[in-house]
Amino acid sequence: MSIVFRREFRAYFATPLAAVFLVIFLFLAGLFTFNIGGLYERDQADLRPFFQYVPWLFLLILPAISMRLWAEERRTGTIELLVTLPFALSDLVLGKFLAAWAFSIVAVLLTVPFWITLSWLGDPDHGALVSGYLATVLLAGFMLSVGALISAWTKNQVIAFVLSVAVLFITLLLGYPATLDVARTFASKGVIEALASTSALTHFDALMRGVVDLRDVLYFVGGMIVFLWLNTAVIDWKKSD
Amino acid sequence: MAKVVENSARAAEELLVATGLEKRFGDTYAVRGIDLRVRAGEVLGFLGPNGAGKSTSMRMVTGFLEPTAGAISLCGINLLTHPIEAKRTIGYLPEGAPAYPEMTVEEFLTFVAEARGYARRDARDRVERVIERVHLQGVRRKSFETLSKGYKRRTGLAQALMHDPRVLILDEPTDGLDPNQKHEVRTLIRELGRDRAVVLSTHILEEVEAVCTRAIIINQGTVVFDGTPTEMESKAPANITKNRMDHVFRMLTTGEGERRATRRTKGSTR
Repeated sequence: MSIVFRREFRAYFATPLAAVFLVIFLFLAGLFTFNIGGLYERDQADLRPFFQYVPWLFLLILPAISMRLWAEERRTGTIELLVTLPFALSDLVLGKFLAAWAFSIVAVLLTVPFWITLSWLGDPDHGALVSGYLATVLLAGFMLSVGALISAWTKNQVIAFVLSVAVLFITLLLGYPATLDVARTFASKGVIEALASTSALTHFDALMRGVVDLRDVLYFVGGMIVFLWLNTAVIDWKKSD
Repeated sequence: MAKVVENSARAAEELLVATGLEKRFGDTYAVRGIDLRVRAGEVLGFLGPNGAGKSTSMRMVTGFLEPTAGAISLCGINLLTHPIEAKRTIGYLPEGAPAYPEMTVEEFLTFVAEARGYARRDARDRVERVIERVHLQGVRRKSFETLSKGYKRRTGLAQALMHDPRVLILDEPTDGLDPNQKHEVRTLIRELGRDRAVVLSTHILEEVEAVCTRAIIINQGTVVFDGTPTEMESKAPANITKNRMDHVFRMLTTGEGERRATRRTKGSTR
């Protein structure tokens, strides 16, 4: 697995993909946090603006990473090579996913200067920031595992991208306050809560607020395990398509 | 004396055994009931028109596709129950010689060496050896996507030879090579075939004469000929003098040559 991981992780940096991705992520993260989120105007030593926008930022850019995971292997035919090397299928799925996740973590870590800025300007709640970053990293993994599964399904990267954005958009929307407000006008409280609890955004918000509840962590970790397992099954089933 | 006996026993060993191979995609059969037995010391030419089931068969014996029915064993290891162990015994050049476009030849080969279980130093030695063996010295630091077709094919071959496998499956190994490169690769395959089981698919019938000890022709998923190249050639009617192999191939895969041949024989008896 570590061999696949290393190859994949290096592949990001072998092309301009890594540079383009990291620059755009940082630029948008900065824009959302400082300009649109109004970090300075709020006069509060927290990174709420960053964490509030990061799921939506991820929605646009993480599918750009996950779309190539399997679709690209299919297009170039290297999947045939990979599967006939003495690897277990689960090693391939895990190695690829972990490389994508690690790459997204690199991007997230590059926003640590925001934290440093905050500490310099005020006295932030470091515990809350740690749990906020934990939530961000878990959300990234969760979203990538969904994208990887979709990428395994198709040979076409554009389809993989669009489908991933659509699916992830729905899962975020289910936990978005405005959506829930609309739903509240016709659905019962129990239904609303059930809907919201399936959304990644609900669990992300809970963690971001600085309350590390094991159930929220389990939601993300469990989701990743399920999607990666499905990913293995899909690859096994459709490897020749 | 004992040595000779041992050698011939080794040579007779069946390294690739596939029986009753079948592959169905939906309602259509790509391969229906193929048996393959390849011994050490054999170079088997796998022939057939496009879409006959050549690549599908090769993908099954290399463990890429699971057969709908049938059994496959590589060096005595059951591929379907012990896939990882069985995959260790084979080297495979997939159709079109795929590799990661952004990696250099050296990086790609190192990745394959590591995947084959060689650690740092051993991996480096292995990579050096195959680079030398298929003459990739000049392009080792070039990225795969910038290589010419011939070098891509050779990189694919180098990758397949990495662990000195006893079974080699090569899907169109000389496709896209110039005549000199073809000659070189054929010499290499003949050399490799001395103590290994080699299966290669090709559309070039002269290649079968040049390197294969045996040929199998498949058509619409079934074997229509199995024998030595000489036997194959001798199936052509005596009045055909040029491209006799091509004639047999057409005869067996379309029936066209056969009709023409019978017509001609009738004409000559009259």
